[in-house]
Amino acid sequence: MVRTLLVRGLLTGLLAGLVAGGFAFLFGEPHVDSAIALEEAAASGHRHDAGHGHDEPGTDAGHGHGEEAVVSRPVQKAGLFLATGLYGLAVGGVFALVFAGLRGRVGPRSDGRLALAAAGAAFTAVVLVPFLKYPANPPAVGDPETINDRTLLYVVIVLVGLAAAAIAVATARRAASADPWVRWSSAAGGFLVPVIAAWVLLPGVDEVPDGFPATLLWEFRIASIGTQLVFWAAFGVLFGWACDRAAARSAAPAGRVAPASSS
Amino acid sequence: MSGHPAPSAAIPFPRLRPWLLAVPVLLLVAYLVLMDNGAVSQAGTFLHELMHDGRHLLGVPCH
Ligand SMILES: [Zn+2]
Repeated sequence: MVRTLLVRGLLTGLLAGLVAGGFAFLFGEPHVDSAIALEEAAASGHRHDAGHGHDEPGTDAGHGHGEEAVVSRPVQKAGLFLATGLYGLAVGGVFALVFAGLRGRVGPRSDGRLALAAAGAAFTAVVLVPFLKYPANPPAVGDPETINDRTLLYVVIVLVGLAAAAIAVATARRAASADPWVRWSSAAGGFLVPVIAAWVLLPGVDEVPDGFPATLLWEFRIASIGTQLVFWAAFGVLFGWACDRAAARSAAPAGRVAPASSS
Repeated sequence: MSGHPAPSAAIPFPRLRPWLLAVPVLLLVAYLVLMDNGAVSQAGTFLHELMHDGRHLLGVPCH
């Protein structure tokens, strides 16, 4: 049972990752290209004070996006699908194991509905909560010197989002016998209190260079959150659909013949 | 199996526990995709550059 769920999470995660990669390729890559063009123009203008820390000296492009880069732009665009596919595989596997633990204990009673609810909760906790504090940035935005600090803050807010989701689920469970309004508002409070505290208490990051086009930044951020939304929507639907299909199939042989049987 | 597709039974925790060994492996994959800069993979900036566009578009701090 657990094995089946894990395999299902890995495969549907991989598939949803590739779908999200397709979305990112179509709607995100043009903005990445524009940002890299700006970055390279800036780097060739003032190569030494541009602050592109993590590159070998003497490379033309600050981040190594140019011809001499470790990985060329066309390969990076193929790498996008590798990145979203592997991300989906890893996230889908972890999701499936959490799902296996939640199943029959909390949330909707049917697997399909639980999958959709859990995917929505996961999107909110690990994508939306971090995004509202530390929104995605295109290349050329962000100081390479602060990458470690920014990565740490990002990991912290992802953990806060996950903890807040766990608190909300535990709160809803403890208030199971209460009036639905009390139950849902206490669960919402259990989620929002730690999240809002983290939004207020964690330091902000403001590293958009002067003169960076606001429209490009906005469109890139929409494409980025859209990529994650496509991933979690596709994953929730695929995982839930696979669960419901498996449940219907295991129920059929007991006597009633499945309506779609082809013999 | 319960016979009806709707309500699902809880999986006993002892049966779940061995599978949790997969979690560190999966988190390592996620780390290599989203955050590694050569410290773990020992591949220099290769993974960073290869996954570069994915990092930016998945919303992770990149550079
Ligand atoms: Zn980057």
